[in-house]
Amino acid sequence: MRYSGLKVFTEGLFGNKGWRPAWRDPAPKAEYDAVIIGGGGHGLSTAYYLAKNHGLTNIAVLEKGYLGGGNVGRNTTIVRANYFLPGNSEFYSHSLKLWEGLEADLNYNVMHSQRGLINLFHSDGQRDAFARRGNAMINQGDDAVLLDRDGVREMLPYLDFDQTRFPIYGGLLHPRGGTARHDAVAWGYARGADRRGVDLIQNCEVTGIDIQNGRVTGVQTTRGAIRAGKVGMVVAGRSGQVAAMAGMRLPVESHILQAFVTEGLKPVIDHVISFGMGHFYISQSDKGGLVFGGDLDFYTSYAQRGNLPMVEHVMEAGMTLMPMIGRARVLRSWGGIMDMTPDGSPIIDKTPVEGLFVDCGWNYGGFKAVPASGWCMAHLMATGESHAVARRFTLNRFLTGHLLDEEGTGSQHNLH
Amino acid sequence: MRLTCPLCGDRDRREFTYYGAEDYLHRPAAEAPLADWDGYLHLRDNPAGETRDLWYHEAGCAQWLLVSRNTVTHAISKVELVAERKA
Ligand SMILES: Cc1cc2nc3c(=O)[nH]c(=O)nc-3n(C[C@H](O)[C@H](O)[C@H](O)COP(=O)(O)OP(=O)(O)OC[C@H]3O[C@@H](n4cnc5c(N)ncnc54)[C@H](O)[C@@H]3O)c2cc1C
Ligand SMILES: [Zn+2]
Repeated sequence: MRYSGLKVFTEGLFGNKGWRPAWRDPAPKAEYDAVIIGGGGHGLSTAYYLAKNHGLTNIAVLEKGYLGGGNVGRNTTIVRANYFLPGNSEFYSHSLKLWEGLEADLNYNVMHSQRGLINLFHSDGQRDAFARRGNAMINQGDDAVLLDRDGVREMLPYLDFDQTRFPIYGGLLHPRGGTARHDAVAWGYARGADRRGVDLIQNCEVTGIDIQNGRVTGVQTTRGAIRAGKVGMVVAGRSGQVAAMAGMRLPVESHILQAFVTEGLKPVIDHVISFGMGHFYISQSDKGGLVFGGDLDFYTSYAQRGNLPMVEHVMEAGMTLMPMIGRARVLRSWGGIMDMTPDGSPIIDKTPVEGLFVDCGWNYGGFKAVPASGWCMAHLMATGESHAVARRFTLNRFLTGHLLDEEGTGSQHNLH
Repeated sequence: MRLTCPLCGDRDRREFTYYGAEDYLHRPAAEAPLADWDGYLHLRDNPAGETRDLWYHEAGCAQWLLVSRNTVTHAISKVELVAERKA
């Protein structure tokens, strides 16, 4: 079924009785050409591009819960391409271009909204660093505008320009940055993959990885054994456990990141605002809720819920930046398990086991990467070669010293 | 979350700074193979369940602590002084 405005209109006329489930609910087959472990954003986009770009359709996505129940449905939906380092820069640039054509490609409204992202700076030194970052973005072919204090005040008059702890010197505006509806991205890729013949298998936890003579032969799951010559591990915060099934130890620690949403309000915040010095960022969802968050809780966790000190810290930072939000009532807070690497950059690579591939290490920023990660992981699994824009996301770069430490915070998992 | 420091007693989590996994206690010798350094700095067991990691009692006794805790429930079962453990 193709979705369109006309379809919505005619269904409305006839009591909305014609809608069908957006994807099938197949039982797992005994064998596939390839299986993908994990039905989050990255697993689903990998399956979609394996089918679409490489014609591989005898494949399955194995998800232990329900599609989109992991981080892809828990994030704060920021989509941007404002990276600095070669390796990251071209990858996120590629991703943003895919975002810009995503709705037409998937025939699905992911509510991608390029409302502009502003990263605030608070000192001369930080301004110089942001000017340099903006130049790197422009060199990459993306967009960046350096705003002075008055420029920021014109766009964001409600910020507290008088506070002295972190006085606002200006901001780096990334006009093509913005947000998208997170669940819709998972659903759109799921539907697109299903329509190309991919089996999406839910409530199917992978419990073992079968390896013979250094080659992967399939997986054990809660719904039986499944044979496959190619297996992709795309499980975000659970990467450590799944890789351990193949006897691997990854450069990944799982940490908790919290986020918050207020009751729905009339439109008040038109952009995405990032207040890095205070560890705070905010945007307003199309439903009206203010969506905001901060930093990790900083200790390893699989709890999917955080602790109060970080709640307090985020609220304080928000009040420092924009006291006007003080009366909004917080409706919900939640946490997601982040796969943190020692340099803050991801991994899309082969493993020492033939036929076994890994896509992980998305840290707190893997939502915007969903299209390009799937694109590059599919390329790797289909051709055996890394895609040009993901060449540096190697598994052994920590051993060889080719780190991609975008923030320059050092080789510690929770500092990125 | 609260941690019971062996020297200071039951204290608020905000007094402590987290460093990382127990692996940091096992620093390889300078001439050790690269793989050992990779294991020490980067590779992690990353368990969902019982783990041991290093916390610094910054706003207290300034001691390094080895904390045994559960990464799923956040329950803390044991806190030891790193200094005493090594001795
Ligand atoms: C609070 C928060 C805010 C964030 N904000 C942003 C943001 O603004 N912008 C941005 O770009 N990124 C953001 N992120 C990061 C982003 O959400 C993640 O990096 C990204 O979603 C991770 O990839 P994924 O979608 O594939 O993960 P997930 O959706 O977590 O998918 C992994 C899937 O694997 C499944 N799985 C695990 N183990 C198994 C197994 N053994 N067998 C079968 N299935 C298994 C899980 O159930 C899960 O569904 C945020 C994250 C959080 C938590
Ligand atoms: Zn103490």
